Amino acid sequence: MLDSEVPQEGNSTLGGHRKAMYARGADGKLHIVQSAGWEVEEIVTKQAVDDLLRLTENARQRVLAGQTSPLEYHMYRVRMDVPLLSQASGIWQWRIRRHFRPAVFAGLSASLLTTYADAMGMTVDQLKKAD
Amino acid sequence: MDFQHRQASHCESGVMSNLLRHHGLPLSEPMTFGLSSALSFAYLPIIKINGLPLVAYRMPPKAIIKGLQKPLGLKMRFETFRNPAAGVARLNELLDQGQLVGLQTSVFWLPYLPEDLRFHFNAHNVLAFGRDPASGDYLLSDPVAETTVTCAPADLQRARFAKGALAPKGLLYYPVGTPHMPDWPQVLPAAIRKTTRIMLDAPLPIIGVRGIRWLAKAIEKLDTGSGAAHSKLFIGQVVRMQEEIGTGGGGFRFIYASFLQEAADLLARPALGELAEQLIDIGDEWREFALATARMIRDRDPLQPPKLADKLRAIADREQAFFRDLRCAA
Repeated sequence: MLDSEVPQEGNSTLGGHRKAMYARGADGKLHIVQSAGWEVEEIVTKQAVDDLLRLTENARQRVLAGQTSPLEYHMYRVRMDVPLLSQASGIWQWRIRRHFRPAVFAGLSASLLTTYADAMGMTVDQLKKAD
Repeated sequence: MDFQHRQASHCESGVMSNLLRHHGLPLSEPMTFGLSSALSFAYLPIIKINGLPLVAYRMPPKAIIKGLQKPLGLKMRFETFRNPAAGVARLNELLDQGQLVGLQTSVFWLPYLPEDLRFHFNAHNVLAFGRDPASGDYLLSDPVAETTVTCAPADLQRARFAKGALAPKGLLYYPVGTPHMPDWPQVLPAAIRKTTRIMLDAPLPIIGVRGIRWLAKAIEKLDTGSGAAHSKLFIGQVVRMQEEIGTGGGGFRFIYASFLQEAADLLARPALGELAEQLIDIGDEWREFALATARMIRDRDPLQPPKLADKLRAIADREQAFFRDLRCAA
């Protein structure tokens, strides 16, 4: 890649940051060139983010329909999945899945709710609502 | 503390380059990357990130920090903490002593990073070089950022003690003693030979050049019918690991080519410079693969996994020939 070929087309996922790339200068040596972004990177990052947003929105709809608990919604909102939430909270995966049932979630103890809220960096009050 | 921040493309090599310069040994980012033999390829279908297999273009986290110890005669001290409060206290104590401290953090909990790039990746490296006396915020040098940044104590604590795969456990590290300029004719060929061994002779078929072919086989078999969305996430993940996460482009191939150019000058061996040219071409081919993949994800081209697999096999053939030549040149 020549330094004139370093993509500068902008990448909304970089949030205005510029990243360092290595490219060949006129003297044939590679050196750092700042890049404002490449569309390819934007496409693959957006793809991953959009997939998580889709899961979050899907969970929110099911919370409103009474099919799952706000716990599942918040899990996807903080970009986690069941194995990661299990590692972060120290609660077994099958218990987490059980807590997705609205009736079970409604009866959870304050200490369990605090454990979940801490693992996801939020308060217990926020955890009880899906918004 | 009088600390000079320089932007780098990869976090770990950037941290080590900034750290060593601070301690009086000015090594470039490509030199820290090449000298620790950090270039690699691995396709790890058993390790899943959000349900997708891990693809890595470099050695595992901490390989650069640890790999520099022997060639530079440098002793790094690593400390992890079971208790977060102890980890915070120790960091503050070291900063009060005027130490420059490396930290392993989770990208997700660092608020200064762009929202869209904050995933649960636990092996991001930053340097802490002080605290703001008024607010108590930490002054950080994140090598992938253009300038130094600040981070509130609560956020940094969360980032240092995140759980999950590669959990940092509050890891901090700093050098003991001062690093010395190495004996180039001895350390450079050894570092290059190690990289060729990893790429050509790994005992597992998922590492090195054989790993690229293994990945090609997995991509070839992807479903283009009802499972097309999942297939697209799979190939998208490969490209994210190659380009997005700070590789300097082409899955670290350009950084390594830059290292070879430096090595050619230091050793007065023009052959290494010619090989660097070849590696730049290979890096460009990786970027063409990324472009073809992105076009298929966006449906600008029809989703044809065998086409991508063929591109990967062509790259594997070229890398195999390249690393054989490199082995002879070293």
